[in-house]
Amino acid sequence: MPEPLKLKGIPASAGYAEGPLFNLDPVVARYRSKATAADERLALETAIGTATGRLAKLIQATEGDAADILEFQLAMLEDDALTGPAFAAIAAGQPADAAWRQALDAEIVGYETSDQDYFRARAADMRDIRDQVLRALTADSAAAAPTGAIFYGEDIAPTRFLETDWSAGGGIALKAGSTASHVAMLARSRGVPMIVGLGASPADLAGVALLDAEHGGIVLRPTRAEVEAFRQSSSSFAARRDRAETFLTRPAVTKAGTAVGVQVNIADPSDVDGIDVSTCDGVGLMRTEFLFGKTLPDEETQYRAYRKVLEWAEDKPVTIRTVDAGGDKPVLGFTVEEGNPFLGLRGIRLSLARPEVFRVQIRALLRAALHGNLKVMFPMIAVWDEYQRAAALFAEEQAALAARGVAQKMPPLGIMVEVPSVAIAPEAFAEVAFFSIGSNDLTQYVMAAARDNASVAHLNSIRHPAVLRLIASVAAFGRAQKIPVSLCGDAGGDPAAIPALIEAGLRDLSVVPAQLAMAKAAIADVSI
Amino acid sequence: MSASAEATVLITHEVGLHARPSVKFTKLAKTFSAEVEVALAANGPWFDAKSIVKVMAAKAPKGTVLHIRAKGDGAGEAVGALVELVRRDFDEGVDHARTA
Repeated sequence: MPEPLKLKGIPASAGYAEGPLFNLDPVVARYRSKATAADERLALETAIGTATGRLAKLIQATEGDAADILEFQLAMLEDDALTGPAFAAIAAGQPADAAWRQALDAEIVGYETSDQDYFRARAADMRDIRDQVLRALTADSAAAAPTGAIFYGEDIAPTRFLETDWSAGGGIALKAGSTASHVAMLARSRGVPMIVGLGASPADLAGVALLDAEHGGIVLRPTRAEVEAFRQSSSSFAARRDRAETFLTRPAVTKAGTAVGVQVNIADPSDVDGIDVSTCDGVGLMRTEFLFGKTLPDEETQYRAYRKVLEWAEDKPVTIRTVDAGGDKPVLGFTVEEGNPFLGLRGIRLSLARPEVFRVQIRALLRAALHGNLKVMFPMIAVWDEYQRAAALFAEEQAALAARGVAQKMPPLGIMVEVPSVAIAPEAFAEVAFFSIGSNDLTQYVMAAARDNASVAHLNSIRHPAVLRLIASVAAFGRAQKIPVSLCGDAGGDPAAIPALIEAGLRDLSVVPAQLAMAKAAIADVSI
Repeated sequence: MSASAEATVLITHEVGLHARPSVKFTKLAKTFSAEVEVALAANGPWFDAKSIVKVMAAKAPKGTVLHIRAKGDGAGEAVGALVELVRRDFDEGVDHARTA
């Protein structure tokens, strides 16, 4: 029997599913060209009519968010500005299928290359529209998936999601995809397990798969032991989720009455739209890499993004991390190619090496600070000098803004504790405003096990005594020096790790929004 | 003489003039026979307000001042109604904003 195959992805909707893998295939049926342009035109009109009718019917059977998504698609499909170029191409001698594909692909590219997550996510809707008409043109009906299947492919169309009966289980595992897509949003609201960003698969995948959308992974050809462990995780997840919901709206407190702050980690300003601010204690980590998707973002774009989250949080703290590019997060035109990127020019090292880019972010942060309770932290700090240089740039930019009469405010500046040098000798940093332990990187550096390498994943455990001892010593140092210490790695939201973190002295965790309720429930079980 | 009208309005909707708001906006624009256009600046470029493809392409986020102009029959009413729609936040409560 061949070895189990394990792929890592990003959780988009937490949950577990076990079922046959079903390949989401692109439209393959061949279109038969017609004799005249008039016939081609008629063929496309008919196909658009079929797709429109199908959408209208689907709208009647859905409500709420899902209906809105379909209304959007329908409005697009009824717009001459969308269909016009295709009809023009037909008049110029193109067959209907090629004309339609070219016209829609031109629109899709516009969305895909947008520097805003929101628009990039709409590309999936546009592809959905394209394919619905192509299927109608070629009379190709999408192959039916078996009950409880795990849909696997590049991306999944919103209409495909809505036409699927999820009551018998099943899930979604995408090579590309986005956690901000319409489908991801629908999957979360309906509790359908989904992961994205699996990347290209090493071979054709088939057979029964285990989808873990809590941690973000899928296993094919699992061993019997893996299946058993998976089923246990799955049933414990279901039980935890049911119980957890009752904890969401309450402050997190342990059995012994110890209060624990629970904040959220976000990667995009739109992430906060689905969160009730009263259910968390603020934003413990706002990543800013999303802004650096295709191009280097301008000051105004950044300012708007930061301000949106600060206003959402009201008076609760929002900790924004300056750009942490490099390592496994390359940015075109910013990061450099390196043999060993995790140990190279990443995080604050890169920002200090490219001050002209860093200064833009600093100005945006200083201006946004007026709109809420902002804190700023630097990633990958290894030595005191780096903090000093970064803080000096903040001071310079503040003075420059003030000289120009621009309103601004200096936020408290803190550091990520993720390089072992800081965790081992935190006394060099007694003057920073706060510490935030980045447990993912701290663990990978302490254990010398890259976190993107599945073959050393067994070494990558926060619960190794070496990692926990460092966390405990940073927490103790913080208490002694009155420096707030929190933790914002994946471990903060992992119910299996939470007891050890609280035992290590942490009283402030930051978790992904989907784990908020579960983390609070796990805290309630701790007896410290 | 053909009627014309022009006005500006601040977009306060959380996701801007995007998917769901743009559906409502273009639907309302289409109920008028006047030619209606929108822009993000007084000097354009101007987009057809009845086309969702064009309105989405304008990419108007929250905080944008939207310029609306109309020409022809009922131009004044068209501009007035569209300004009102934006001002009413597209008739959506805050809790709806997250999904559009």
